[in-house]
Order: sequence, then C-alpha cells, then structure tokens
Amino acid sequence: MKISLKDRIVDALIYIFLGVLTIVCLIPFLHVASMSISSNAAVTANRVFLVPIGLNFEAYKQVFGDPSMMHSLYITVIVTVLFTALGMVLTICGAYALSRPKLKGRRALNMIFVITMYFNAGIIPSFILMSTLNLLDTMAVLILPLAFSCYNMIILRSFMKSSIPPSLIEAAEIDGCNEFKILLSVVLPLSVPVLATLTLFYAVGRWNSFQDALYYISDSSLKPLQQKLYELVNSASSQGLTQEISATTLQSPEVLKAACIMFATIPILCIYPFVQKYFVKGVMIGAVKE
Amino acid sequence: MKKKEIGAGVALRPDKRGFLYYLRRDWQLYLLVALPLAFAIVFYYLPFLGLSIAFLDYNTITGFAGAKFIGLDAFKEIFTQKDFYKVLRNTLVLNLLDLVCSFPAPIILAIMLNEVKNRYFKKVSQTILYLPHFLSWVIIAGIFYQLLQPNTGIINVMLTKTGGAEIPFLTEKYHWVASYVVIGVWQSMGWGTIIYLAAITGINGDLYEAATIDGAGRWRKIWNVTLPCIRGTIVVMLIMSLGRIVGISFERPYTLSNTMVTDFSDVISTYVYRVGLSNQRYNIATAVGLFQSVVGLIFVIGSDRIAKAIGEEGIL
Repeated sequence: MKISLKDRIVDALIYIFLGVLTIVCLIPFLHVASMSISSNAAVTANRVFLVPIGLNFEAYKQVFGDPSMMHSLYITVIVTVLFTALGMVLTICGAYALSRPKLKGRRALNMIFVITMYFNAGIIPSFILMSTLNLLDTMAVLILPLAFSCYNMIILRSFMKSSIPPSLIEAAEIDGCNEFKILLSVVLPLSVPVLATLTLFYAVGRWNSFQDALYYISDSSLKPLQQKLYELVNSASSQGLTQEISATTLQSPEVLKAACIMFATIPILCIYPFVQKYFVKGVMIGAVKE
Repeated sequence: MKKKEIGAGVALRPDKRGFLYYLRRDWQLYLLVALPLAFAIVFYYLPFLGLSIAFLDYNTITGFAGAKFIGLDAFKEIFTQKDFYKVLRNTLVLNLLDLVCSFPAPIILAIMLNEVKNRYFKKVSQTILYLPHFLSWVIIAGIFYQLLQPNTGIINVMLTKTGGAEIPFLTEKYHWVASYVVIGVWQSMGWGTIIYLAAITGINGDLYEAATIDGAGRWRKIWNVTLPCIRGTIVVMLIMSLGRIVGISFERPYTLSNTMVTDFSDVISTYVYRVGLSNQRYNIATAVGLFQSVVGLIFVIGSDRIAKAIGEEGIL
C-alpha cells in the first residue's frame, strides 16, 4: 500500500511530539542528577544544565556519611518491608475468601470493604484514634493503618476469580484439602505474577508516602526518608541544611539538596525498569471490575 | 441470643439453613476474611466515631469524657470564617483546572502512542512517560523547585540569558496555579494512558479495516472508530474524576506550596492539617473534614447514579 506524503508528515509530527514529551519527562531528573555530581563553583554560577561540570561526589559522601540520613533510610526500609508483608497477608486472606462463591454474605462483606475506598473519617478522627491506641510516634503507626488496601484486594480477587479454574479447586476439595491447603498449594502458586504486582504496589506506595508520617511522627529518630527529605529540601536557610548534614565541609546547598533528592530517587530508579511491566498489568486487572 | 440471630438470618434468606450452618461449614474462609475485616473496622470505620468531635468542645487533656456538647457551634464558626471560603474556593478551582488539563492529556497521548508503528520507540517512550508516577510528591516538588527557582533555577537562568524576564513560576500566586496544574499533567499523563491504551487494544480490528475500505483517512478513523469505541472508558473515568472534585490530596498542594502563595495553595486538606494538628483546634478541623466528606459523598453517589443511568458500570 502506498503511503501518502501527508501521512508521512503526520507520522513524523507524532514522533517528534512524543519524543519531545518523553524528553520533557526526563530532563528534570537529568538536571538534578547532574547538579548533584557537579562542582560547587559550576552550580553556584548556574552553568550546569544536563551535563555535570567538574565531577564532584562530595555531596554524596556527605549524604551517605550522615548518620541521621542513613537512620531514616533504615527506618524506611524496615517499615516498607513489614508493611508490605502485612499488606500482602491481609490482601491474600481477604481476596481468597471473597473469591470463593460458596462464602455466604460475600456481597455484604464486599460492600464493607469497598466503602473504605471512597469514604474516610478524615485526619482528626484518625489522629485521635492513633493517639488513643498509643500508636503516635511508633513504627507501628506507619505499618498498621494503611496495611489493608481494598483496591489491591479487588485486583487479586478479580484475578483469582477469572484466572484460576474452579475445577482445580473442586478437585483439591475432593482430595480432602482444607481451605488453607487449597490457598497455599493451589491458588497462590498460580497467582505469582499478580502477587508480585501487588507487592510492588504496597512497597512503592509505602516508600513514597509521607503524609501519615507528617501527622503521626514527631520523634526525629523515627522519621522516614521522605519526611526527612521534605524537611531538608524545604529548610529555607541553607545554613540549617549544611549544619544538619555536616558542619565540617562547606558544600553548596544546591548541590547537597540535589544529592539528597537523588538519594531518595535512586532506589526507585533502580527497580523501575524491572517493575514497570508488573505495574501496568496490575492497572489492567484493576480496570476489569468484578 | 444466638437463636434469635439465626432466626433473623432465616427470615432474610429463602435458604432454610441459618447463617450458623455456613459459619460452621466454611469457618476457615470466615477466619481468613476476618483478618482484613478487623483492619478495615479498626482503621477505617472506628475513626467515624471521632466525627462526634465536630459537635464537642473536645481537647486532648479532658478527652471525650470531659467534652461538652456544643451543637453546631463549630460549623457556625467555620461558615463565618473568610479562610474557610478561601480554601473551599482554592480546592474547587485547582481541582477544576486539573480536570480540564489532566483529564484529556492521557487520552490524546494514548491515541498518539497508538499511531506509533515503531515498537522500540513506543516502548522506550512509554517507559519514560510512566516514570513520574513512581516518584513521591516530595521528590517531584524538590526537583521542580530546583528547576524553577528565581535566580538559581535553570529555567529562569536560561530565560535571563536569552534576554527574557524572569518568571516567578512558584513564588507568585497566579504563576503558581499554572505550575501546579502543569506539574500535575507532567506527573499523571503517562500513567493515565495505560487504561486508554488497553481500551484501544480491545477494539476489533475489522472496524479499522472496514473504515479503510470505505476510504477513511487517519483522522476519520480516530474520530469515527477509536473515540466512539473508547467512549465508555472515557465516560467512566470522567465520572470518577467528577466524584472526587471536592476531595483533594494532601501531598501535592502541601509539598508544592510555599509561604508566598498560600492565598491560592491553601486547600481543604492542608487547612484541616494546619488548624487541627498544628493549632489543635480539633472541633473546627473535624467540622471542616465532615463538611468535605458529606459534600464528597453526595458527589460520589451522584456520579455513580449518573454512570448507571447512562448504562455504564458504576463505582459502588
């Protein structure tokens, strides 16, 4: 088939437009990344755009050498791991039970769960609850309240309902397996790709969110990385920043800020290429309701 | 006591067996579901009791026991406060602008990506376009503050070098609103395409073939085949966004705002946080939160009704 000149021009325009958008998505990262490894003089003179000038890893040395920063990283890693594990247990239990047609009261239970996606009592009542439960300023407050996610449970339930043949479960039942055994040896092994997706949903979500830490954590030894980063980036006086990280070497605050931003971004950038396709899959399953 | 419950169960079901029978038969399943149920009840439903604070002169020292009932005083106070109307206006304006700009962007982008034949190009650009979705607002705000600052931000440096004037992207309130919206589009457009691309992939290829035979060009095919076929998805997404119009996330306005733009950047979520947790005016903050929830509830139920009325799947 002959491709007309007009079509080719349109094609070219589409490629150019998408190419520009793609670059626009990338430029902010490249700029901050190159700032973080440039020399102080070059950054102060505003000469750094996308290519680092005068390689300088001092800022990273300071960030990695800073005990409070590393402590925040440690808190974040622990919280993320525990939160993800708990979230997955809750999600698997709920999704499996609700995926079984024989469970009476399924619709009512489902409604109870779905409502949590659309309504919540708000900040203050939650805050009062956490303080009543003595959870303020504990690691548990970053783990327990958000561990149940109805959205993730619906994704898993949809998958179990649509992709696991009921005959397989029936066969296991006839063989005398109880529900726990069916779940562990029939259903879960067949759900591995979705489980991977949901694990990542939980982990990335926990890693990135900071509002609950802002509400519930005031003890600086419990502050997760995002909160720490927010405070560093927003400390108006560069003095406070340098003092906080290191009082010894004089580092340009812009370079330090850039290094701090990259410090929190790099873990995500490292896993991103590998996890991306799982995320896309999760969104697709989530879009097919019921 | 138990017998009564069983009796009630029987009356509701045509099934002669009581709920206790199923509870005994499927106790393992009920045990499994009890776990997430307990979390949902404690962390999502229990806080609703705390909404009573809106009607009490609650403080942390005396707790609920010592709190006096003050009726609608807290509501009277917020409805006479100028600040309340300001944050309500800001919330609605920012959400509406967001809807106008961030909603169509992924649709257009998905249609364009669908026109790309080169698979390698498509894959690379998709991967990069999805990236902003994976970063926290703290990081995004940090990055854009670095880029857009007056004097030191690279965009303004380039503007002044080429003889232009500096633009106060984040430090002047009208520019801030524009930046807020554009950064939102930047963050969400790529990720938003997934759902539309999935819908486009689901379109029957025969339709395009028939259109080609009828002599339809590229635009006609997009206009007369692609768009009508993904109409359902677009409508559902639009209705869902409308349902969220009074709700606003906390992290995005909070991380992007600064003291120079609070006139426009202070929204319901940040106001509740400031008044409630920083100034400890619990009843005022709870009342504002309750107001937002009730209006939000009306919008969600309303949009669900609309969705069902036009024959789409609802959200509830």
